[in-house]
Formats: sequence, C-alpha cells, structure tokens
Amino acid sequence: MQATDIIDQDSLRSDIPEFAPGDTLKVHVRVVEGTRERVQIFQGAVIRRQGSGVRETFTVRKVSFGVGVERTFPLHTPIIAMIEVVTRGDVRRAKLYYLRDRVGKAAKIKEKR
Amino acid sequence: MTARAIVGEKVGMTHVWDEQNRFIPVTVIRVTTMRVLKAKTTESDGYSALQVAYGSKKRSKLTKPELGQFDKAGIEPGRGIIEFRLDDVSSFNVGDELKADVLAAGEFVDVTAISKGHGFSGGMKRHNFKGQGGGHGNHKHHRAPGSIGACATPGRVFKGTKMAGQYGGVKVTTMNLEVVQADAERELVLVKGSVPGPKGGQVVIRSAVKGGK
Repeated sequence: MQATDIIDQDSLRSDIPEFAPGDTLKVHVRVVEGTRERVQIFQGAVIRRQGSGVRETFTVRKVSFGVGVERTFPLHTPIIAMIEVVTRGDVRRAKLYYLRDRVGKAAKIKEKR
Repeated sequence: MTARAIVGEKVGMTHVWDEQNRFIPVTVIRVTTMRVLKAKTTESDGYSALQVAYGSKKRSKLTKPELGQFDKAGIEPGRGIIEFRLDDVSSFNVGDELKADVLAAGEFVDVTAISKGHGFSGGMKRHNFKGQGGGHGNHKHHRAPGSIGACATPGRVFKGTKMAGQYGGVKVTTMNLEVVQADAERELVLVKGSVPGPKGGQVVIRSAVKGGK
C-alpha cells in the first residue's frame, strides 16, 4: 500500500485481460492524426511485464519487414483502446529477451495446450 | 506578495493522464482544513497577512499560551500556526475554514519547503563534480574536487567556489508549477512536477509571483 494509491485508483483500468509473457496480443492503439482519431493494431508477442500498480508496463515485440519492433506500453494508459489475447504462449521465462537474437522458426513461441 | 496560499504535507509522486491522454508526473500534497486565526491588516499590524492553524492537536498537549490563541479565536487547536503574507485579507474572518479548493486546476503556483538534508557532502554529490579516475596511479583522490583555482595570481580562492559542505536542509522554492487537480473532498492537491523536501514534509503553496509560464 503506497500513500499515493488514492490518486492511482482513478487511473487504473479494469478492462485489461489477463496475459503473461509469451502470449500474442493485438493491442488496439488510439492514434490522433490532426483532429480525427483512429485505431491502429500492434500485434506481437509479450516479452516483458514489469512494475506494479499504475506504473506497470508491458513490451510487445513483432517483426515487421524483417526488422524487429518493440513497443512498451503503460498497462493502464488510456491510449490503448483494447487488448486482445490471440494465443497463449508456453514459455519458461518471465523476460523473453532471447527472442531478439533469433529469427524465423527459432523465434517461434510454443503455444500452450 | 501573493493572492492565495495554503499549507500541506507532501505525500509522494505518481502520475496521471490528462484528457488528451498525455502522461503527467504529479506530486501529491495533502491539504487538510485550515482555520483562520487572525487576519493582519496594514492599519492594525503595519502589514497584511493571514494567520492560520492547520492539522489538529490534543488540548492536553498544548501550553496555556498556545491554547489561549486558539480559544480567543474560538477555533479547534491546530498542530501548527503559519502566517501567509497576502495582498488582501479583508475577505477573511476569524474562524473561516480554508480548504484545498482555494486553488483551481490550471493555475500556476510556487511551492516552498525545506529540502532533503544530505549532511556534509562532497563535491560529487553536492555539485555533480565528475571526480577523478580510478587508475593510472591515482591514490586516495577518487572523489576529490581537483583544482579550486590558479596559483600566485590571484593567490587566493575565490569566494563562492563550489566545494564540499552542508547539502540540503535549506528552504527551497520551486516556481511556476501547474496545479493539475485541487480536490477539497479528498483533501488533496496535485501539482505537476516535483517539489522540494521529503515525503511527509511540510510544504507551502502560494500563487505564482512571476505570473505563470
């Protein structure tokens, strides 16, 4: 219990699904272009979740045109319109940094069954 | 001089998102109800100021002279009394209650507090000096400041040269901080950015003297 929790309560979101490192997510991100707002989907594997409370963040990694792209979001940020869990991954580690050194089939995460 | 002032306690830092979904780092300050003890005016006291009591304290813990001040004003005894130099105190009466909503979101304030005390600190901690290398024959001078001046001209060390000494524990004012939220019900004020002092320390919030950004 932190003294500032009373303020953090206002920012916490309750619509975040349960997910863990190794899962593949579709993160629907709100993008503001001038005056209009649209939703962009960032799909990839969760390689890290860290922090707690309103400060918690997670990192999603995808390979786009052969280039690895990682994006870190605060879990409770209002720019996320929705989080969809696509697959559950079967991994043995909390931080999947080893994926950065792998390409192709080696970078595949086994699906949980 | 200032238009409005309140006293509070630093709770800690966190962040909020504004309506444009931007991340805003804030300091949370708890502002409990303050009670007006005396409104000093130029006619009666030679200057204009507002004396307020804040917090609460048991009657049995107070001395008779202290108690006398509160009883005369007819207000509940406070943990402390503080005086704010304000431009105009004619709107205040003895016994009036001041809450966090004295301030409004969006206005700019100056926050004054006693900074965290670091004791007698060396140049590296106190002035962000670089220190010296770890090797190449350096012996027992890894955190030393290095040169503090020239030789026979001027033949002395200039006044104000940055050296080791007492660091922190002095009154510091951070100017032009934006009020993000002032919530009288929860007795909280959120100020954008950091304010001096440790958690639990007393801070004084006054309307900005330099008129915002």
